[in-house]
Amino acid sequence: MDWKVFLEQAPSGGMTYLGWLWSGLFWTVCVSACAWVIASVVGGIVGVARTTPLGWARAAGTAYVELFRNIPLLVQMFLWYFVMPEVLPQALGDWLKQDMPHLLTLPFAAQFSLWEFTAAVLCLGLYTASRVAEQVRSGIQSLPKGQTNAGLALGLTLPQVYRHVTLPMAMRIVIPPMTSEFLTIFKNSSTALTIGVLELTAQSRQISEYTFKTFEAFTAATLIYIVITMTVILLMRTLERRVAVPGYIAQAGGH
Amino acid sequence: MGGEFDWSVVWKYRAVLWDGMVTSLQLFAIALAGGIFFGTLLAMARLSRWKALSVPAAGFVNLIRAIPFIMAIFWFYFLTPMIVGKFTGQQGEAVGPFTSAIVAFIMVESAYYSEIIRAGIQSIPRGQPWAAYALGMNYWQSMGHVVLPQAFRNMLPVMLTQAVILFQDTSLVYVVALKDFLGAASKAGQLTGRIVELYLFVAVVFFVICFAASWAVKRLQARLAVPSR
Repeated sequence: MDWKVFLEQAPSGGMTYLGWLWSGLFWTVCVSACAWVIASVVGGIVGVARTTPLGWARAAGTAYVELFRNIPLLVQMFLWYFVMPEVLPQALGDWLKQDMPHLLTLPFAAQFSLWEFTAAVLCLGLYTASRVAEQVRSGIQSLPKGQTNAGLALGLTLPQVYRHVTLPMAMRIVIPPMTSEFLTIFKNSSTALTIGVLELTAQSRQISEYTFKTFEAFTAATLIYIVITMTVILLMRTLERRVAVPGYIAQAGGH
Repeated sequence: MGGEFDWSVVWKYRAVLWDGMVTSLQLFAIALAGGIFFGTLLAMARLSRWKALSVPAAGFVNLIRAIPFIMAIFWFYFLTPMIVGKFTGQQGEAVGPFTSAIVAFIMVESAYYSEIIRAGIQSIPRGQPWAAYALGMNYWQSMGHVVLPQAFRNMLPVMLTQAVILFQDTSLVYVVALKDFLGAASKAGQLTGRIVELYLFVAVVFFVICFAASWAVKRLQARLAVPSR
């Protein structure tokens, strides 16, 4: 075993192999965080839509969830990255493939372009949104029906009931499942390596290919994943305790 | 590319795509059977009174669950030929990519399934294995005849849902260049330049299979559910 390999100069990026790992971690976090914004916003809207009394909103929400969770993530990644520019109007498709990459040169030793990054974020975000939507829906549906009815009986409109009664409770209930969804997005971000995004897993494989120190390279990446997973779990536990409704979460809890 | 779709490419490469689907299905079936078998053993080890069993089992499961599936595939793809080589004294090339992929999938799925099975075993009241012991059964008899049959029934819907996810996850072998269904479509796409039609076809096939399977699981779940009081 030769751990000093990480201090050697890497063939590109003007940094050591340790630098490659950091750059991979940076992009893993970046892709996951951006995708998480999409996932929580879209997932929140779709999840709420599936609980409303509006038939068309429920149908649209159900269609979204079924569509995105019955196609493998990797296939969706290829659909966004390869297929989307071809089925859009040609001018727009060409712009995505040829000009968008030059809009912004990605920092931190990225050897891929803005379109690869964007496709990965869109794919992961909209895929995870379907999972988030299910958590939001079951969180809202776990609340007693009487709460909504009481709100309506008090003269609140349906949006007001959601704003002041349902959502404040539901948001607290869905925090634990949201933690595991965030960890899922974080791990799933490794699928972005198939379209050229050099995130943590890709960098560890690249290091192993250049140095033949496969064991060391994989171990380093694995340790980084474990440390981040543990950190997120600890942080979220603290948050859970902060926002807990006394005597409520335990009863509504579970995943 | 632009312009018209040309779906004839799907028909022209039907043999390649079919071979890919067969590979995917084989991987799925073996990983499912192996995952449930070793997952059951792992769950039993985790629930064991002996620390020497429960601690390593918990460590393995948590480790696998903390890293991306692709990272796990890379690990076992790297480790399997090495370990087999150590035992047989042969060079690493003796183990093909398909075998390594199968080992990777069985390992990862056994970790995922062990969590489901552990929850299933824990859903059985403690009094039942005690009653079995009191009747003179040993550990394996009480597990095999009393606890596991009930546990499997309770967790059947969750296990089937996980099976649908596993079927989707088989597409990840793409990263070790194995020609599964997606890999076959990708290959045909490179040869013809018709990736749009081929990837859309793959997406539709996966959607139809997984949607039908999830719907069937939901039906089963409704039938198995204990009627509400």
